[in-house]
Amino acid sequence: MLTMVAQAKRASALFERNVVVYKRLPWNIVSGFFEPVLYLFSIGIGVGALVSGTFTVDGEPMSYALFVAPAMMAQSAMSGAMIESAFNLFGKMRYQKLYDAFLATPVGPNEIAWGELSFALARGGAYSAAFLVVMAVMDLTTSWWAVLALPGALLIGLAFGGLGMAIATFLRSWQDFDYVTGIMYVMFLFSGTFAPIALFPAWAQWLVQVTPLYHGVELLRGLTTGQVGPGLIGHAVYLAALAAIGLTIASRRMGKLLLK
Amino acid sequence: MALITARGLQKRFGDLTAVKGIDVQVEPGEAFGFLGPNGAGKSSTMKMIGCVSPRTAGELSILGLDPATHAAEIKARLGVVPQTDNLDVELSVLENLTVYARFFGISRAEARRRALELLEFVQLTERANDRVEPLSGGMKRRLTIARALINEPEIVLLDEPTTGLDPQARHLVWERLFRLKQRGVTLVLTTHYMDEAEQLCDRLVVMDGGKIVAEGSPRELIERHSTREVVELRFSLNEMDELGSIAEKLDGIAQRIETLPDRLLLYAADGDAAIAEVHARGVVPASVLARRSTLEDVFLHITGRTLVD
Repeated sequence: MLTMVAQAKRASALFERNVVVYKRLPWNIVSGFFEPVLYLFSIGIGVGALVSGTFTVDGEPMSYALFVAPAMMAQSAMSGAMIESAFNLFGKMRYQKLYDAFLATPVGPNEIAWGELSFALARGGAYSAAFLVVMAVMDLTTSWWAVLALPGALLIGLAFGGLGMAIATFLRSWQDFDYVTGIMYVMFLFSGTFAPIALFPAWAQWLVQVTPLYHGVELLRGLTTGQVGPGLIGHAVYLAALAAIGLTIASRRMGKLLLK
Repeated sequence: MALITARGLQKRFGDLTAVKGIDVQVEPGEAFGFLGPNGAGKSSTMKMIGCVSPRTAGELSILGLDPATHAAEIKARLGVVPQTDNLDVELSVLENLTVYARFFGISRAEARRRALELLEFVQLTERANDRVEPLSGGMKRRLTIARALINEPEIVLLDEPTTGLDPQARHLVWERLFRLKQRGVTLVLTTHYMDEAEQLCDRLVVMDGGKIVAEGSPRELIERHSTREVVELRFSLNEMDELGSIAEKLDGIAQRIETLPDRLLLYAADGDAAIAEVHARGVVPASVLARRSTLEDVFLHITGRTLVD
């Protein structure tokens, strides 16, 4: 128990370090909030006006903005967590050699992983909360279940944060990140974000259902629209499992990479 | 009790054995040096002592604790100056110290107090709020040293502390390290600068190819592996090819004569007497220099003159 408190304290030192850095870069932080909001306005509202009255989900007519908003929230939780955990972690580990400096202190690789992840979650969580408020103000939340979209977004962050860290330990150069951003972009386009996947051919539906963002989108959409059913638990379990696997791999790999 | 004890310490990376079973003991208050050419295993040894590289075999005890099981406890009492500066470029000079202190669980107020004191110590007070990037190499080095002292360590590990610094910067670093030593801090350093070892180390080991090949104080090593003085004889260009036969002619003048591509080195107790004898045998060098033996002579004698890359 005492060692766990000590470990948490050391992980929080890394969290503090990131706070000090970003205090100096306020625009870096604020800009992350605008991305999903801009998508919501351009596509949710703009495209939404074009398809008004003809857009249906499972045969039921639905406002397009209502459909797209939770997807944008899920996408922003994903990209926020990936940028912080995969890209920033890789840079600090390979180029700045920053972790080598931290490892000379009582901090260990696991505590570094937890410190970075908790910062990524806090940052992502703040965006998600702000976005949820925007949605509520625009009348895009139709149920009190929407309150649970915030922990839902944190779960997405945890899943992609773990995945991102695990990926970062395998990549060799910045060029490799092109694959990562490429896959993220494809997920962003086809995870039931802009159109229900029921419109896709069966093989594509199956493929989408294997990828993680789809489960994040469905989870948040269920909560913000109040379409709550047992299926949501399945999505949450998928994300939790991904987080657990990602973090296990990441902590093993980081230990190996950092303590040679 | 010794602060660091290693017995049969080994480090392997795949097929490569970087450290091939070394025995080392460092006493409290000592300045202890690892000398050796590149690839001798110095840095690998330092990393094992710094608890950031698990040992492959052998025993290692630091402050009476085993790094395999008590890394955090040991690291809390160590200061580390790595070979390449790994300062946090996203933080200011002062923040580099205060943020680092938090990793040791030092309170914010105490961290600030210590940081300001340490900036004074390494003469960086005026740069406290500057970014790290524009600092000169010497300043970055001093800041790294200050950072290593933030937890008031009992042992400071310095991996090539002055490599790449200009002479002024080197002397300032040496002077600060000497002050630390006077305060009773134990210093463990690696270097391939012999003058650095002579200036700072009470005792040192020479490493070559992962093994310890000599051990002692700088004075002892010079006495054991070299002569009191060395005479350097240089010759004109057209005599360069005949250095071997000239050396034969000088046989017996010195304890040892070394033939280099461009000069002869005479290892002798009395340099002036040796020079007189050189002239008496009718050898006329283009230039003559008699000097005291240095650790460099010892080092090159033990580890050889072949270039190691």
